[in-house]
Amino acid sequence: MAFDKNSNGFTFGFSIALVVVVGTILAVTYMALKPAYDENVRREKMQNILASLNVEVDRDAAPERFQQIVGRAGLIDAQGRPIPGDDKDPASSDAFQLDILKQYKAWKANELKAEEMLYPVYEANKEGKKLFVLPMVGTGLWGPIWGYVSVESDGRTIHGSTFDHKGETPGLGAEIATPIFEQQFPGKTMTDPNGTFTGIKVYKGGSNTTDEHGVDGISGGTITSDGVDEMLRRTLAVYDVYLKNATGNSYSQR
Amino acid sequence: MSTEVGTMPEVKEASPLFGKKERLLITDPLNDNNPITVQVLGICSALAITVKMANALVMSISVLFVLVFGNMIISALRNTIPSRIRIIAQLVICAGLVTLVDIMLKAYVYDVSKQVGVYVGLIITNCIIMGRFEAFAMGNKVWPSALDGIGNTLGYAWILVVVAFFRELFGSGTLMGFRVIPESLYATSGGVYFNNNMMILPPMALVLVGIIIWIQRARNAKLIEQA
Repeated sequence: MAFDKNSNGFTFGFSIALVVVVGTILAVTYMALKPAYDENVRREKMQNILASLNVEVDRDAAPERFQQIVGRAGLIDAQGRPIPGDDKDPASSDAFQLDILKQYKAWKANELKAEEMLYPVYEANKEGKKLFVLPMVGTGLWGPIWGYVSVESDGRTIHGSTFDHKGETPGLGAEIATPIFEQQFPGKTMTDPNGTFTGIKVYKGGSNTTDEHGVDGISGGTITSDGVDEMLRRTLAVYDVYLKNATGNSYSQR
Repeated sequence: MSTEVGTMPEVKEASPLFGKKERLLITDPLNDNNPITVQVLGICSALAITVKMANALVMSISVLFVLVFGNMIISALRNTIPSRIRIIAQLVICAGLVTLVDIMLKAYVYDVSKQVGVYVGLIITNCIIMGRFEAFAMGNKVWPSALDGIGNTLGYAWILVVVAFFRELFGSGTLMGFRVIPESLYATSGGVYFNNNMMILPPMALVLVGIIIWIQRARNAKLIEQA
C-alpha cells in the first residue's frame, strides 16, 4: 500500500499519536517535578505567614524561621471554637495542611455549608510578644485572592498583614500585594473599645483613612478591593469570636 | 547596540555544520531580519517582561528552549505531518514544550516563575514561534532549523535585554536585582534622585523599542525603505 500522509486514516492516526506522546511526556515530567514544586509552595506559605508577622525571610530560610517563631497551629470551627487534638509540629499540623482555598471553593459551589468550614489559626511568638496569624481567602476580579493578618495579644489590634492573588491586573488590583496597601493595616483594630466587632473595612475613595477600622482601597482596583473587604469581613467575624475567648477579653457585647 | 553583526570574528572553514549559509541563519535575525525590530513579532512579551533584566533573561531562555526544540521536532516530522493539520500539530508541539518549561520553572526557579508565569503561557502565542515553525522548520532540515531557532531567539533576546537594561536601571535603580544607583542619592534618604516610574510602565518599553528601531534603521542601509 502506498504511503499517503494526507489520507484521512493517517491524519487521524498522526493526531492521536502526537497527542498521546506529548501528553505522556508532560504527565511524566509533572509527576517527577511535583515534589519540588510542592516544597516551594509549602515554603512560600511559611514565608507568607512570617511576612504577616513583619518577618521577612528568604524562601530557603523560611522553614527554620517558621519553626522558631510559630509555636502552635490549630483549627477552629465556624463558631470560633477551637477543635482539640492537634498538637503536632506546626509545619506538619492539620491546620497547616488544610487547603483553605479548596474549602472556600467548595463553599462557593454549595458543596460545603458555611458552618462546616474550618479556620486555621497560628500562634506565634515574636520577640516575646504573642501574636495570632489568621489566614483567609476570597475572590478578586479574575480569580482567588488570599491573605494573612496577624493580630496582637489583645485580640483586636492588627500587627501586620500580607495579601496575594492569583491573577489580578498588574498595576491595579495586583497592588493589594504591595507594601503600599499592606502597610495600612498595622495599628488598625477589628473591634471598637467596647468589643463590638467592626472588622476592617476597605474604603473606596480613600476619604476615611482616619478610620481606625478601615483602610484605603486601590484606585482602579475596585472589584479587587471589594473582594478584600468581603474576605476580611467574613473571616475576621469568625476569628473575632475565637480571639475574644483566647485572649480572655470577653467584653460585654453585641 | 546593533554592532554585534559587523564583528563576527570566527572565519571557520566551510564545514557543513558552520558554513556561510549556516552562520547567516544565526546572524541574520540579529540585525537585518530581527524578529522584533524588523518583523515586529513578539512585541507583546517585549513590553510585558522587560521591567527586570532577570525576567527578560528567563523569558529568553524559555523561548530558546521552545524554539530550538520545537524547530527541531517540527523539522524532523516535516515529511510526516499531514498538511491539513500541520498548524494544529505545530501548536500541540509548541504548547507541549511551553508547558514543560512552565513545570520546570515552577520546580526550580519558583520566584521567577511567579513573576513571568502568565507570560510563559503566552509563549505559545508568541508569533515568532509559530512563524519560525511554519516558515522555516516545515521546509528545512533539522540542523539548519536548530540554528534558525538559536538565531531568532538571540535576535529576540538582545532586544529584550537592552530594553530591560534601561527599564530596570532607570525604573528601579538596579541591575539583575543588584543596586546600581546608590541608596544615598535618593530623595527619600536625602539625595536628589528619583526613579523614573514611567520606565516601569509598558508604554516606555514601546518607546525604547522604537528608539532601537530608529538607531538600527539609521545605521543599516538595507533597512532604509525607499519612498
